[in-house]
Order: sequence, then C-alpha cells, then structure tokens
Amino acid sequence: MQIARVVGNVVSTIKSSGLNARKLMIIQSLDDHLQATGRPHVAIDAAGAGIGELVIWCRGKEASFPFEGSEVPTDCTIIGIIDSDEHVSSLTRRAVSGGSEGGEG
Amino acid sequence: MILARVLGNVVATQKNSRYEGARIMLVQPVGPDGVARGASMLALDSVDSGEGDLVVVIQEGWSASTAATGKAGAAIDSAIIGVVDRIDEESAS
Repeated sequence: MQIARVVGNVVSTIKSSGLNARKLMIIQSLDDHLQATGRPHVAIDAAGAGIGELVIWCRGKEASFPFEGSEVPTDCTIIGIIDSDEHVSSLTRRAVSGGSEGGEG
Repeated sequence: MILARVLGNVVATQKNSRYEGARIMLVQPVGPDGVARGASMLALDSVDSGEGDLVVVIQEGWSASTAATGKAGAAIDSAIIGVVDRIDEESAS
C-alpha cells in the first residue's frame, strides 16, 4: 500500500459497467516526507475520501477485494483515510523538522 | 520478498474493515547493504516490528493478508513478515 493525496476526481459516463456508481479520483502518491513521488493514478474510492485528504491506497488484484461479489475492474483502490498529516510518524520526517513530532516545514 | 527499514507508522481511523486491529507501518525498501532503494511504502505488521527495525516485507496480497490478518482476500498488498537479526553476505569474489 502507499500514502497519497487526493488531488481530483474523474467523471466518466462511457465506461465499463463494473465502474457504475463508483467514485473515480485522481491520487498522487507521496513519500515519507509527504512529497510527491511517481505519477498520479486514477483510483476507485472505497473509504469515502474527499479532495485534499491523505489516503492509503492498495494496488493489484487485491484492490478489487473491497467490492466482493461484484466484478469491479480496478488495480488501485483507496481503502483508508489517514487522520491528518501529523498522523504519519516517520524517523525521517522528525529528523528533518528538528525532532518535534510532526513539526512544520 | 524485499528488505526494508521501518520508518514509523500511520494512523487511519476510517479504513477498510479488514484493517481493524492491524498496525500500518511506513517502511523504506533497502538493499542488503542498508542503502535505500525506491520509494517508501506501507505494510501491515504481523511480527510486532518497531521503528528502526530491518524487516522482511512480502508484496503479494494473498500471503500478506493471511500473515497480517489470518485470512486471505483483503485489500492488503504488503506485510512485514520478519525482523532481521543479521545479514551474512559472501563478498562477490
């Protein structure tokens, strides 16, 4: 899984029926400093995420498991919402911000 | 599987039910020499690993979900399945 920021959503009317009633969002994966890494993905939302939120996404075949029973074509699904940017604790981020937990900058 | 350094963890109250009770760790993939390789990622802990530990991470969902939650078929693609005590490497002669 990876951390990402929800940066937009996708409206698509002509699509696979398995995508009906599913929210498609644009997400940008982040590294442990919450800086962008890799290219943005289109993800199906399975956690009720909104634009700007920090989320957890799952890749591969496992990404379709939250939709058990219905055939949803996805390899990228948002499965959790991180409580806030401060709820990502990392040795590397504390080292950068002078050791205070979740300091600014 | 890959080697990785545990950097910390993330807290997500609102998440897929299969993640209930699981610790979501932030890890940095490393080589046997401990040098970072590739982007950091998240993995569920199944062996009580802690910050700074060198660990073994599996990146296949069926095994990851089974190791971390006892049952397969969850939206989990990676799990920590071992804490490394030591690495003995033959120098490439």
